[in-house]
Amino acid sequence: MQIFLLRRTFGFLATLLAVSLIVFLTMNVLPGDPALTILGLDATEDARAALRAELGLDAPLWQRYVEWILGALRGDFGESYSFGVPVSGLIAERLPLTLSLAAGGMLVTLSLALVLGVAAAANHGRGGDWAVMVLSQLGIAIPAFWLSILLVMLFAVNLRWLPPGGFPGWEEPVLALRSLILPVTALALVQSAVLARVTRSSALEVLRLDFVRTARATGLGRRRILWRHVLPNALVPIVTIVGMQFASVVTGTIVIENVFYLPGLGRLIFQAIANRDLFTVQALVVMFAAVVVTANFLVDIAYVLIDPRLRARLA
Amino acid sequence: MTIKPTFLAATIALSAGLCTPALADTVLRIGMQQEPTVLDPTADATASIDGMLAHNVYESLTTVDESGAVLPNLATDWTISEDGLTYTFTLVEGASYHDGTAFDAEDVKFTFDRAMGADSTNPSKGIFEPIDSVEVVDPQTVKITLNRKDAFLLFNLAQGDASIIASESVEANKTTPVGTGPFRFADWTRGDRLVLEKFAEYRDAADVAVDRVEFRFVSDPAAASAALMAGELDAFPGFPAPEMMDQFEADPRFNVVVGSTMGEVILAMNNSKPPFDTLAVRQAVSHAIDRQEIIDGAMYGRAEPIGSFYPPHGPAYVDLIDTYPHDSEKAAALFQEAGVNEEIIIRVPPFPYATRTGEIVQAQLAEAGVKAKVENVEWGFWLDEVYKKKNYHMTVIAHTSPNDLSNFARGADYFYGYQSDEFDTLWNDIKTEADPEARIALEQQAQRFLTENAIHGFLFQLPKLGVYTTNVDGFWANSPVLFAPLAGVTIQ
Repeated sequence: MQIFLLRRTFGFLATLLAVSLIVFLTMNVLPGDPALTILGLDATEDARAALRAELGLDAPLWQRYVEWILGALRGDFGESYSFGVPVSGLIAERLPLTLSLAAGGMLVTLSLALVLGVAAAANHGRGGDWAVMVLSQLGIAIPAFWLSILLVMLFAVNLRWLPPGGFPGWEEPVLALRSLILPVTALALVQSAVLARVTRSSALEVLRLDFVRTARATGLGRRRILWRHVLPNALVPIVTIVGMQFASVVTGTIVIENVFYLPGLGRLIFQAIANRDLFTVQALVVMFAAVVVTANFLVDIAYVLIDPRLRARLA
Repeated sequence: MTIKPTFLAATIALSAGLCTPALADTVLRIGMQQEPTVLDPTADATASIDGMLAHNVYESLTTVDESGAVLPNLATDWTISEDGLTYTFTLVEGASYHDGTAFDAEDVKFTFDRAMGADSTNPSKGIFEPIDSVEVVDPQTVKITLNRKDAFLLFNLAQGDASIIASESVEANKTTPVGTGPFRFADWTRGDRLVLEKFAEYRDAADVAVDRVEFRFVSDPAAASAALMAGELDAFPGFPAPEMMDQFEADPRFNVVVGSTMGEVILAMNNSKPPFDTLAVRQAVSHAIDRQEIIDGAMYGRAEPIGSFYPPHGPAYVDLIDTYPHDSEKAAALFQEAGVNEEIIIRVPPFPYATRTGEIVQAQLAEAGVKAKVENVEWGFWLDEVYKKKNYHMTVIAHTSPNDLSNFARGADYFYGYQSDEFDTLWNDIKTEADPEARIALEQQAQRFLTENAIHGFLFQLPKLGVYTTNVDGFWANSPVLFAPLAGVTIQ
C-alpha cells in the first residue's frame, strides 16, 4: 500500500511538471505578444519594448520557465501581466466561488443520480424506469450552456424568482446562495443524467445476483435491500464515473461562469488566455490539471476501500 | 412534493426582505461587456478602462462634448502663441484628488513627463510626441512647448491616456485609481463588478445626480439580455448584439438608442503583397462588396455605410459611398483582367461584426468569381500574425480611435502595407492646420484620396447600441471618444 501511494504521488508531481512545461511552451509558441495585447493598435514600438522589459519578457525562454518553477515551489506564482497583481492573490480571490459551484454541482449530481438510478433499477421495465431513461437521455443530449439559458429565461426573466447571474459575495450569504441555485442546477442536471444511467445499469446487474435473491428470501425490506446491499455492490463503476465527472464538473464551471457571469476561476482563465497572461494561465491550468489527477487518484483509493479483493492484491 | 413551492416562496420572501438597501442612495447599474484588467488608462489600451474611468474618476486638462468639440476641464482657459508652438494653460482652482492631495501645475508636469519618458508604456505615447517640454509657471499655470504644430493637441489631451495623475498615487492606480473626477473608486470585484461613489468634495458636486455607480461585467450577449430583462441593470450603453435590439424596442420598459462611434469597419487589404498591391484589384473588391447586404446580414441593419475612412457624423464627412457602386460583373471583369486566380484568405478576429462580415464578403467575392476562405482567428493571433507580421490577404477590423486618418501615413510597416508620399504630405498639412475650416477641406481631400485609391473596402461605421430603462437619462447617444461621462446622468 505504501509503495502504491508513493508511486502515485511521484506520478502526480511528474504530471503537474509536464503540464506546466506544455502550457508554458504552448503559450510561447502560439502567436500573441502580451505587450501588444495590453497596449493595443496605437502604441508605438518603443512603448511596447518598454513594457516587454518591464514584464521580464526579454529574458530567454528557459530562464523564464526555471524562474517560474522555482517561484511556484515557494508558493509564488508570479505577477499577472495584465492585472499587475500576484497570480496567487487572483486565484485566492476567486477560488471559493468555483469550489462552491463544483461542490454544489457534485452534491446535487450525486443525490439526484443515485436516487433516480436506484429507483429506476428497482422499477425495471415499469413507468418510473422509462421516465428516468427518457429524462436522462434528454439530459445527455442538452448542452449545459443551452440548458443554462433556458433556466435563466424561465426562473430569472419570466418568474423573477432567482437572479439571472452575478455574485454578491459571501458577505451576504442568502443572496449568494440564491445566485448559485441556477448555475449549480445547470451544472448538475447534465451530469446526473449520465450518472443516473450508470447507476441504473450497475444496480440492475447486482439485482440479478444470488445474494439479492437470498436477501429477499430472508424477508428483508425492499428499501433496505436496495440501499444496504445493492448500491454498495454496484459502486465500482459508479465511482469511476463520479471521478471523471468531478473533473468535468470542475472544467464545466468555465462555461457556467461565463453564462452566469460569475467571478470564478473559469472566467479568469478565459480572460487570461485572451490577454496572453502567461503566468495566470499557467497557474490555472496546472491547478485544473491537479484537480483532475487528484480525482483519478482518489478514485483508485476508493476502489481499494470498496473492493476487499483489490486490497488483498495490494497488500 | 407540495412542500417545495411554499418553501421556495418563503426563502425568496425572506431573502428579499433581508436585502432591501437601508440607504436611499441613487444607484446606477450599468452593464459592460468588456472588463478592464487594470484601472489605469495611462498603462493599458483596453477601451473599457477609458469607458468607465476617464472623466469619471480621472480628469484631463481638456474634455470634449458629445459632438467631439473640445471644452475646458482641469484647464479652465488656454492661450496659443502666434507660431502655434506654445500653449499656456490656466488651471482650475480648488480641485483635489480623491486621496485629499491638492491638484496643481506640478501634477500636470509629472503626468506629461512620465508619459513622454523613455521607459513610458503609455499606449498612446504618440499623442505626446509633438510635446517638447512642460513647464510649471506657477501652481495655477502650465506652459507646454511643442516641437511642431499639432492641430489635434487639445483634443488628444482630453483622452484617458492623458489623464492627470498625481505622483503620490500613481503606483497604485492600476488597482485603486485616484483622480480628481466627480466619482471616486470604491470597490472592484474582478469578474463581477466595479463600484464608484460620488466624490463629495468634487468642485461641481451639486451637479452630480447619481450617488453610486455599479459597472457589472456581462460578456455573453444572452446573459446581458437576461440581466436587462430581469431588471438587474439600468443601462447597457454598448449592447453586444444588434440582433436583440428589436426585442428591447418592443418592450415598454426600455429605450433603445442607436448612436454612432468613431469605429470605421473596413475590409482591410494587404497593400504590400499581390494581388492587392494593384489598384485595379482593390477597385474590383470595392465593386464586389455590397454594403447594404453586409449591414443587413452582419449588423441586422443597425449601421451607417461609409465610403471612406471617416465617421458619417463628423464635421468633415464626405459621402463617397457611390464611388464604386456594387457591380459583381464589373468586379469579375476587373479581377479577370488582373489575373487574380488564387484563393484569398480572409483572417477575421473574434468579434461578431467581423466574423459575420467575413462570411458575407466571402460570398460576395465568390459572386465576382474569386474564391475566398474565411479563417476565424483569436485576438492574440490576429495581433501577432495580421497586425504585427502583415501575414494576411484580407481582414475585417474596426478602427475606433478618433482622427485616425493618420493610419494611412504610418508607412509600409503598418499592417495596411500602404505608403504614399502624396498622402503623407496631406496628413502633415492636416495635423498642422490650425484653421478649422481649412482643416476640414483638407480632411475631405484625404477622404477622396483614400477612396480613389481603394486602399481598403470601406464598409460601415460601428454603431453604439444603447439599451436603457425608461427612468435613466443623460447617457451619451454617440461615442465621439472612448470615454463616457456619467456626471450628467440622472435616474428616477
